[in-house]
Amino acid sequence: MADVALATAKEAEPRWLLIWRNAFPFLVVGAVWEIVARLGVFPPRLFPSLETIAAAFWRLTLAGILPHHALDTVIRLGLGFALAAVAGVAVGIAMGRSRLAEDIALPLVSIGAPIPGLAYAPLFLLWFGLGNMSAVLLVAFVSAFPIVFNTWTGVKAVKEIWVRSAQAMGADDARLFRHVILPGALPYILTGLRLGLAQAWRILVGVEMLAAVPWGLGWMIFGAREFLNMDVMLAGVAVIAVIGLALEKLVFQRLEEFTVVRWGMIT
Amino acid sequence: MSERVRSYVRAAVTLACAAALYEALARSGWFAPALMPTLPQVAGALAAAIADGTMLAHTMSTLYRVLFGLTLAIVAGLPIGILMGRFRAVENFVLPLASALMPIPSLAWVPVFILWFGLGNTVAILVVFYAALFPMLLNTWTGVRAVNPLWLRAAGAMGADENALFWKVIIPGASPFIITGLRQAFLRAWIAVVGAEMLAASDWGLGWVIFDAKEFLNTPLMLASLAVIGAIGFMFERLVFGSLERATVLRWGMVRAAKG
Repeated sequence: MADVALATAKEAEPRWLLIWRNAFPFLVVGAVWEIVARLGVFPPRLFPSLETIAAAFWRLTLAGILPHHALDTVIRLGLGFALAAVAGVAVGIAMGRSRLAEDIALPLVSIGAPIPGLAYAPLFLLWFGLGNMSAVLLVAFVSAFPIVFNTWTGVKAVKEIWVRSAQAMGADDARLFRHVILPGALPYILTGLRLGLAQAWRILVGVEMLAAVPWGLGWMIFGAREFLNMDVMLAGVAVIAVIGLALEKLVFQRLEEFTVVRWGMIT
Repeated sequence: MSERVRSYVRAAVTLACAAALYEALARSGWFAPALMPTLPQVAGALAAAIADGTMLAHTMSTLYRVLFGLTLAIVAGLPIGILMGRFRAVENFVLPLASALMPIPSLAWVPVFILWFGLGNTVAILVVFYAALFPMLLNTWTGVRAVNPLWLRAAGAMGADENALFWKVIIPGASPFIITGLRQAFLRAWIAVVGAEMLAASDWGLGWVIFDAKEFLNTPLMLASLAVIGAIGFMFERLVFGSLERATVLRWGMVRAAKG
């Protein structure tokens, strides 16, 4: 659903036309923004012109502040997501393969999942203190749910006949797992990872605002509010958008192309 | 049926074990009792909050915000999504904007909205709107485009005019996707409202209670509110959307509903 792609590789269309078509809406919105900002309908402090925002962006980037914030956010996201991926896939596979594990974990997961991740935030803050520990753990905890669910579904969805034919051809458990179950479940696992990463990303910005971490884009935006620095805030939002877009386009579409599509699981 | 009963029994056993384990941990004194209250304390806090009516008031203001924002998102997302699916020009204009805005977590806008609109309901409603809009928009768009062209031609051949085509073919054809979109939209909205309530402090709302209770180390109340939030989310997911699905898509025999 999310692969609505900026470039929906249309039939042999000249490149410049494609770029123009994607850029055009932004130009229109930018122009409207600029006109409203310059007309002075709203106080310029609250509705800065694009030039001011770009200047703030440039200033902060040169000073190394913005890259530092962005780097810390990305590291936190990576750590939390890695934890969630390892734990989530492991739990999901265990649930899919063993009846006992399914009975134990499924009720707990079903109860934990519908609670919005941020609702846990104050609890985590009390338990693990302000700062990085809480932020990373919360991100991991929240993004683990879709990963567990999808991995579990994927393992269960592996066709019985594949398993049986592999067994009939003399595959032992290890080979069965490595060559049949894992590849069979992979499309689901990747979906889970993708949803988990998106979830982690949505939660992380909020967590950074609440957990009072020293660096991080969420914190930067939230902190800038105190000083009415709307230009800094909007520059931060723009960076968040770019990182989010990069996650979607670069990380996941690549990963999918290299694995599932190449094995012919989905086209 | 017996399979189902057995799975309920197992779930109950698991939950009872988990509760007992938690209770043992809480009573063991390894953790500060203020941080890990026993279950009777949590239940007591929940009962007290329900009895004096505060929990109901919090729930109501949260529901008001989430449903208001969700309604706005539907009112905006559904027509735009349909237009995108029907007209190339609209698609070309809206799609790049949507793809660029979608990866911005709705909560990132909270500080911006606070400065623009002040603390209070408006911020929460707008954040909910932002969170719910994109799933609604993109699923509707996908749904309208996924309507089987054969159905369109068949209906056209049988003499359906534009109007009938739209109401009798396109809307039902796109409905599995639209309902999926609604579901995702609600889930996102539910997450967003809790976060917005924590950040844009108002006086009421389930998110605000949790955050406020933290200041006073009132962990039982935090856990009680968490339970209420979970219960409402679960209820919406199962009862509201489940029955919506049964009343429409399943009844029309279009079970290839895409799962988000």
